[in-house]
Amino acid sequence: MIELLWLIPALPFTGAFILITMGTRLSRTLVSIIGAGTVGVAALVTILIGLEFLSSGTPSFNQVVWNWVSVGGLSLPFAFHFDALSLVFLFVITFVGFLIHIYSTEFMHDDPGFSRFFAYLNLFVCSMLILVLADNLVLMYLGWEGVGLCSYLLIGFWYEDKKNGDAARKAFIVTRVGDTAMAIGLFMLFDAFGTLNIQDILTRAPELWSTGSQAVTAVALLLLGGAVGKSAQLPLQTWLPDAMAGPSPVSALIHAATMVTAGVYLIARTHVLFELAPVAQQCVGVVGAITLLLAGFSALTQTDLKRVLAYSTISQIGYMFLALGVGAWSAAIFHFMIHAFFKALLFLGAGAVILLLHHEHDMFKMGGLKNKLPVIYWTFLIGSASLAAVPFITAGFYSKDAILWLTFAGEKGNIWFFLAALLGAFITSIYTFRMVFVTFFGVEKTHVSHHAGTAMTIPLVILAVLSLFGGFIELPHTMGHVELFSEYLSPVLPAVSLHEGAEHSEWTIQLIAIGLSLTGIYIAYFFYVKKPELADQVKQSLEGMHHVWLNGWGFDSLYDAILVRPFVFLATINKADVVDRFYSMIVWVSEQFNRVFAKAQGGILRWYVMGIVVGAILIITLGLLL
Amino acid sequence: MEKHTIPVEAGLLLAGTLFMLGLLSVLIRRNIIFMLISVEIMLNAAGLAFIVAGARWAQADGQVMFVFILTMAAAEVSVGLALILQIYHQLKTLDSDAANKMKG
Repeated sequence: MIELLWLIPALPFTGAFILITMGTRLSRTLVSIIGAGTVGVAALVTILIGLEFLSSGTPSFNQVVWNWVSVGGLSLPFAFHFDALSLVFLFVITFVGFLIHIYSTEFMHDDPGFSRFFAYLNLFVCSMLILVLADNLVLMYLGWEGVGLCSYLLIGFWYEDKKNGDAARKAFIVTRVGDTAMAIGLFMLFDAFGTLNIQDILTRAPELWSTGSQAVTAVALLLLGGAVGKSAQLPLQTWLPDAMAGPSPVSALIHAATMVTAGVYLIARTHVLFELAPVAQQCVGVVGAITLLLAGFSALTQTDLKRVLAYSTISQIGYMFLALGVGAWSAAIFHFMIHAFFKALLFLGAGAVILLLHHEHDMFKMGGLKNKLPVIYWTFLIGSASLAAVPFITAGFYSKDAILWLTFAGEKGNIWFFLAALLGAFITSIYTFRMVFVTFFGVEKTHVSHHAGTAMTIPLVILAVLSLFGGFIELPHTMGHVELFSEYLSPVLPAVSLHEGAEHSEWTIQLIAIGLSLTGIYIAYFFYVKKPELADQVKQSLEGMHHVWLNGWGFDSLYDAILVRPFVFLATINKADVVDRFYSMIVWVSEQFNRVFAKAQGGILRWYVMGIVVGAILIITLGLLL
Repeated sequence: MEKHTIPVEAGLLLAGTLFMLGLLSVLIRRNIIFMLISVEIMLNAAGLAFIVAGARWAQADGQVMFVFILTMAAAEVSVGLALILQIYHQLKTLDSDAANKMKG
């Protein structure tokens, strides 16, 4: 069964290929079957392979599909490496991807670009699968670029509106900066090891580099640069809020569950390098901590429903980076999996709400949907509860609690990380329930046009179930001590070591976290249901801060001033394009020759005769002379 | 009676002179009919050269060639006159410069 590993990326690729070449000529039903079906079968294969893998006990499996590049000392086969970490990602990508594909069949039903959408989605799923299955860094880079391309195509899906194209370009260019850093890191790795096979590098790195050496720190920081770009962390986080211009299924799949977690995957996969470079690992944690706070504050002020979720995604990935930074590898992956479930759920729910309210994005123009859209309300509530880490019943509680605990107790954790994570959790529950209360409670301001069909509702329900029960595979020591998930990942990701005597404070930390989460919910209830006027008053008194937070802490203006303006200035100077002059000169000379020779085609008969005569004379003279 | 042959050089010289005269005439004239007449002169000059050469080598080939040239000239003149008639019909003039549609 495990030999069918290659089928998992091949199926969506075939789907994409068929839809790109013939999609417009096929009926909607057929396009849906091909688009969603290929991912569905891939999910099925993943589950079967997963079951076999879990029962077999072998740590990993390699499969070479073909020999891609073999030149000089560089050998890059198109080969897959499958282990416990890959399986987690494969499951999330194919299963959540399948649910989103089903949702899209109804969501995008009236769109003229129906087949194009599914072609791009399939291509994206294929690229993401290659990214996580790659056994060498260049193949991973191929998947990395592939998902960047598909993200561009899908964000700018409704390209007739200029701002969608701008958002797509912004996403692509900003992630490019990160990709370049990663490429340089790959060059350095090849220079040191002569190979780019991931497992080889990970086993040889400790022998070649000592802990804290400059070379490994540089490589780790460069890889961090790449991860930061793709995962929308500081300083490259500006593209994600604007990427909400794309359709909601795209936001759910790419900008919540999969592409933005590619950075997390990269760091987890190359964890050996980060362990050898403590400075770089600390940077990962710092980036995560700062980003989660920045994004959290921004999410508090947003009025567009999807932008709240976008900033929330940035913040939650900050949690994952924070976990990676303190060495809590499996906790980060656990949070990734649970986050994929509830964030995809929230985005799909938001998409349904927006669609059913005639494309109204502003939360404050919604309201009263609790009774009008019951299924969507309940699933959205479950997703929000998971995001806010409502205690005991939601999966989000267990995953976020693990991270909170480990930032306090972990060997590489420190009090600042812990406080940042705590504050972040508090803010998270405030903005999450602000979103729920404003959208679903209160007076109905926009009328609901029709109801969602089964294709949209069933994925919501399935994801809601996972958001509730997905957490029970990893319970903390104080609550049953189930360690299924971290044990499962232990061959790949090492366990985190704790401070001396830290175990005793676990209950205290959990109580603090529970208290903060519930207080946050109550604050949101107080300000947005009981006394909404107070919310406006607070907003007015903090007008300046509100403005800064609303604009994502001014990063867009900053980058515009220091990067975009100078570049445009230089480009304007070179508008006549010095280098191009040379080629225009060649053209000009040809044109002059043409003008001269064209005069010979006068159309006057006698000139032609004269030409013949002159030519004859010349030839006879030459004949006589030579 | 002694045969008084004309030297070959004189004959060829005459043919050459006639040819040059015809050529110059083609170049100078603007009227298409005169150009056609001048071309006829050139053709006849070539024919004369053939005759002279044939007489020099006492073979009938020169005469044969002259008949060919004559026939060809007749055909060419009929075609040429037909074309000139068309040009006159279109342009209402016999000026060869008038048949110039090139902007060139």
